[in-house]
Amino acid sequence: MLSPFRLDLLGKYLCYAIVAVGISLAWGRGGMLTLGQGVFFGLGGYAMGMHLKLQDGELPDFMSWSGVEELPLLWKPFANPVFALAMVIVLPVLVATLLGLLVFRQRVRGAYFAVLSQALAAAFVILLIGQQGLTGGTNGLTNFQYFFGLDLYEDADRRILYLVTALILGASYLSVRQLVRSRYGQLLVAIRDGEDRVRFLGYDPALVKTVAFAVSAGLAGIAGALFVPLVGLLSPANLGIVASLELLVGVAIGGRYSLAGAVAGALLFNYAKTIFSEQWPDGWLYVQGALFVAVMVWAPRGLAGLSHQFRDALSSRRKVEVQA
Amino acid sequence: MSPVRRTLITLLAAGLLAGGCANDPSEGGGSGGNTIKVGILHSLSGTMAISEVTVRDSELLAIDEVNAAGGVLGKKLEPVVEDGASDWPTFAEKAQKLINEDKVATTFGGWTSASRKAMLPVFERNKALLWYPVQYEGLESSPYIFYTGATTNQQIVPALDYLKQQGKKSVFLVGSDYVFPRTANKIIKAYAAANGMTISGEEYTPLGTTEYSTIVNKLGQAKPDVVFNTLNGDSNVAFFKQLRSAGFTAQTMPTVSVSVAEEEVTGIGPANVAGHLVAWNYYQTTEGTTNSTFVKAYKAKYGADKVTSDPMEAGYNAVKLWAAAAAKAGSVDVDAVKKAAGGISLDLPEGKVTIDGENQHVYKTARIGLIQPDGQIKEVWNSGAPIKPDPYLKGYAWAAGLS
Repeated sequence: MLSPFRLDLLGKYLCYAIVAVGISLAWGRGGMLTLGQGVFFGLGGYAMGMHLKLQDGELPDFMSWSGVEELPLLWKPFANPVFALAMVIVLPVLVATLLGLLVFRQRVRGAYFAVLSQALAAAFVILLIGQQGLTGGTNGLTNFQYFFGLDLYEDADRRILYLVTALILGASYLSVRQLVRSRYGQLLVAIRDGEDRVRFLGYDPALVKTVAFAVSAGLAGIAGALFVPLVGLLSPANLGIVASLELLVGVAIGGRYSLAGAVAGALLFNYAKTIFSEQWPDGWLYVQGALFVAVMVWAPRGLAGLSHQFRDALSSRRKVEVQA
Repeated sequence: MSPVRRTLITLLAAGLLAGGCANDPSEGGGSGGNTIKVGILHSLSGTMAISEVTVRDSELLAIDEVNAAGGVLGKKLEPVVEDGASDWPTFAEKAQKLINEDKVATTFGGWTSASRKAMLPVFERNKALLWYPVQYEGLESSPYIFYTGATTNQQIVPALDYLKQQGKKSVFLVGSDYVFPRTANKIIKAYAAANGMTISGEEYTPLGTTEYSTIVNKLGQAKPDVVFNTLNGDSNVAFFKQLRSAGFTAQTMPTVSVSVAEEEVTGIGPANVAGHLVAWNYYQTTEGTTNSTFVKAYKAKYGADKVTSDPMEAGYNAVKLWAAAAAKAGSVDVDAVKKAAGGISLDLPEGKVTIDGENQHVYKTARIGLIQPDGQIKEVWNSGAPIKPDPYLKGYAWAAGLS
């Protein structure tokens, strides 16, 4: 049995794993290197955080520090749980769809898309910090005690929250797996490998890619919404460029072409981060960085790609033998 | 693919199980055995590391001294150091770890307001103690936090009093874009309105900004009597260098800073910032034998070229004050320590420091200093006696609308 503290941490890793499922779809299958997944994570998270902040019916604490005396208009609808839950998915999906349609129609891809998504993350963080009275600024949203009837100060209730997160991870994994195996999934891979050829066949690659991007954004939004009660706070530091990169690094380590690999990678990466930082508080970042470099050098397809790599290596040796 | 996936999932399950076993929480215990564990939680990596590492060092020095003097209740203190990584959720996570897994008796930690706000619910939920060693924006008084840095009426308000006394009429506000500068400036504006001063400008830049030519231009146009600087970290280096290269001196564009101490002066380069004012409660040059002993001990442990600063001193004080409270309580139990802490008064490097039992802040003497060309800071004014902490500024009529 894990102690409540470790279970909480595991719950947090599961959130990152949900994001990883989405990244694996967009990046691994769709070839869209999204460096701004934190934005969608944040949109979902803030939608949930705003609702939780409003549960006691009082003005959120940071507003009174910032000189805001009345609940801003933007916040009012989030007092309604149904609206807030809907926004957790609607907001990120909407932003991703608009962005996707705009960008993919212009045939922006590869490194250009990566830079653009990263810029989006940077801009989002500046916006959140600048609007302190509305968003809590650098501090973000903190101090939640209740989550839809669960008392977050109680270990038993936190265990329920953990189970909900695990179930949602399972559901996202299964549904994205279905999506990947469908005709749509094949089309997505085809576009990744030869966008122009697919276009000449009469498909609209922009639309296909936008769908995958929006699904990955929706998953990030759900993960963000679960992250808020599990961790107890959400701040711009969780959504910025570095945080967005960390979401991606786990997927790269596990293997972006394999859904299970991406999930395992996200869990392992974040677990390693905790353990290293506890063992070597002074130098853990170097250990983590070195491991990432090692994986990228010796297993560019990630851990899940090792067997592929092994098979390739074997068959090329056999070829050499045959030629000899 | 499927055998790979199965292997991965098995590996994963095994790994998680192993993790659960390796971190069995049954060992340890705050006051069990022959030692008492205390937590130290500062950023040892990331943008805040440059400042927070020095506070960790001075806290470790204080722990050494407490141990050399026989420890607390006859037991040695055993520090458990964790890295907050300049990342607020990490602070919350590590605080939880120190409390639940290491079962520390108390924790010393934090620097930024954001890290404190992230840790606050964790300490309140677990009814554990945090000692926070940095000057901050006030408007807070958690029953599970002791604040050994200055609150606003011990740093910002005295600085404003000093400026008013010097006949400064117009103030330009420059700050990093986060909660401390914004709240500080709100207080400054309320003070100015009530004291016949004008605010000739207010500018914020994101943490880590290094481009200040626009702001320096605006300063040149506004020609304020004084610039109130609440920039944090690296930005100060860029700001003061660009101010100087635009031709301004401490005479033509005087500034008063609340986040520039000896450590930062070294980083900025004393030549770039000499002659400017700062507001703190302690300087390395503060007179008294307690301080000269502290400075000597710090240099002996960490190197002769090291400087001591206000937050480091406040961190050092926190350890000493907690040890005194635990000794008085005869226990390291949180409630007992809280009850015993009120009224404890120690002779510390900044002078006499007394804990206010009501709001768990400390009485501190305010000091205005002038940066010297050698990087040290010379005191030019002090409040005479330690000022009673007033985090909500209840004793100031002009601040009525703030909290």
